[in-house]
Amino acid sequence: MELILECLFNGVAIGSVLLVAALGLAIVFGLMGVINLAHGELMMLGAYSTYVTQLIFKLPALKPFYNAYVIVALVVAFIVSAVVGILLERSVIRRLYGSPLETLLATWGVSLILQQFVRSVPLAYGAGLVLSLLVGFISPFLLPQKLLEGSRGRLVRAASWAFSALVGVLGAGGLGSLVSRLGRASARNVDVTAPSWMRGGIDLWGVTFPIPRLVIIVITFIAVLGITWFLNRSVWGMRIRAVTQNRSMSDCLGISTERVDVLTFGIGSGLAGVAGVAVSLLGSVGPNVGASYIVGCFMVVVLGGVGNLLGTVLASFSIGIMTDLIGAGRLLSIWPDMPTPLASAVDFFATTSMARVLVFALIVVFLQFRPAGLFPQKGRMVEA
Amino acid sequence: MTLLEIRGLNTYYGESHILREVDITVDKGEMVCLIGRNGVGKTTLLKSLIGLIIPRTGEILLAGTSLNREPPHKRARGGIGYVPQGREIIPHLTVEENLLLGMEALPGGLAKNKIIDPFVFELFPILMDFLPRRGGDLSGGQQQQLAIGRALLGKPKLLLLDEPTEGIQPNIVQDIEAAVRRIISETGIGVLLVEQHLHFVRQADRYYAMQRGGIVASGSTQELSQEVVEKFLSV
Repeated sequence: MELILECLFNGVAIGSVLLVAALGLAIVFGLMGVINLAHGELMMLGAYSTYVTQLIFKLPALKPFYNAYVIVALVVAFIVSAVVGILLERSVIRRLYGSPLETLLATWGVSLILQQFVRSVPLAYGAGLVLSLLVGFISPFLLPQKLLEGSRGRLVRAASWAFSALVGVLGAGGLGSLVSRLGRASARNVDVTAPSWMRGGIDLWGVTFPIPRLVIIVITFIAVLGITWFLNRSVWGMRIRAVTQNRSMSDCLGISTERVDVLTFGIGSGLAGVAGVAVSLLGSVGPNVGASYIVGCFMVVVLGGVGNLLGTVLASFSIGIMTDLIGAGRLLSIWPDMPTPLASAVDFFATTSMARVLVFALIVVFLQFRPAGLFPQKGRMVEA
Repeated sequence: MTLLEIRGLNTYYGESHILREVDITVDKGEMVCLIGRNGVGKTTLLKSLIGLIIPRTGEILLAGTSLNREPPHKRARGGIGYVPQGREIIPHLTVEENLLLGMEALPGGLAKNKIIDPFVFELFPILMDFLPRRGGDLSGGQQQQLAIGRALLGKPKLLLLDEPTEGIQPNIVQDIEAAVRRIISETGIGVLLVEQHLHFVRQADRYYAMQRGGIVASGSTQELSQEVVEKFLSV
């Protein structure tokens, strides 16, 4: 009983990380058909955002609120990754819609750029850059519409970008001088220390549930609920679904497909940032942290059936539970006196990396029989 | 009063010249029908009007405003309702959501317009019963009614209908014909129709006949002679 509970919990915990990471990908890949190989790096940025937020909360002025930094980090990470994602969409991916191979290559290039960026640029500068982009993206919506029209519009826009750049530079300088560790570039991995309330675990029914993992499960749960609500109940969600299913007709109905693209990509990227927070709670944060998740994320999306959130949820949990089942060698503890050859095989796969190999191999086999994933699209709509 | 005016429109697919020097006008409250055999460019003309295809030369004026460089969603907001060939219902959205999307063309879009004008249900009562169903589950005729209803909810000045009766059972064809006439008489908008059914063509006020991408004949549909019909309608 305890064994099943432990296995289930670990599986769900592994699956939750995968799920929150794959959720953004499912939106970008599933809804827009864009293969974004830089998704892992957007997670990495989210993880670094957590680190930066944590350091800022260590400042004397904010010290009393240190315990709440994880919640602030979630918002910060979402915004940072969303801003970088939107920049990526506007500058690269938008030009490549309809050519998946080029998108794949270009986003892979971007992922390398981002990895090197965090290695060789001080985090304070990075934060300043994101800050200026954020101000620059938002300012057209805050300024009165009248100012942006006509011949003056160009000037106003240029001025607003100049202002954003100034804000960014000031932010970078301020951050760099306040927190000296952010003012220097470093290629080494950094560690996010969990606040005191997140250390340790809860003992229930003879099993220990580590609190960070519980927090991740809760974050994932909220993210899934939020996204489901957004896609199915909000006006923008309806626009996103319409554009996903029939881009040109949605355009003819009066939906600005460009705005929908930006928003979809921003949300997908922002979710990657949230996933980054979860990842940072589990281990140390380095430039390569995203790359180790990206394959798993794509596996989840493909296994779940492209463009299907329920499939994504089930796929990530089943991958998580399988990984735990194989990786921890649980079959041996369930059946201790299994024949030696079988036992040694189970033992052979009982490491994290070998478990991954076996799980991915099983997925490949599964997709041979169900190429469209767990939940393929059915019915009259398929051809439509 | 002239609602739509097209002057010297030339459209290309890559290097092949599809529309040649097309001139058309549609007045307010008028139904104009485009006839011609398959592949002469009728659909291309409608697509050029809504903006799915950008013409190389020529001018499109809606109520005096040039639409030449506008993307489709701006044209939709500017007052063009488009009912494409094959209906193009959003398949996984419910009928209600499909109708709501029609109001994206109104000022403020969906965020400010949430009530479906009951006029649509007067025209097509069947839509009322199917509101929670998915658009893709409807039959062809029902989808056609939905597509017209959806376009109407954007309160267009000009309605583009591309073969609204193609592949649809005869009793619904009659409903659709009646609905289109009622729309014109009650709202006074202009309709540009592409049609193969002779009965429907005769409901229109004027016709333009197309051949190889150009307008080769035009006039009042009352004068539509048997000769013209045989030449331009694939029977």
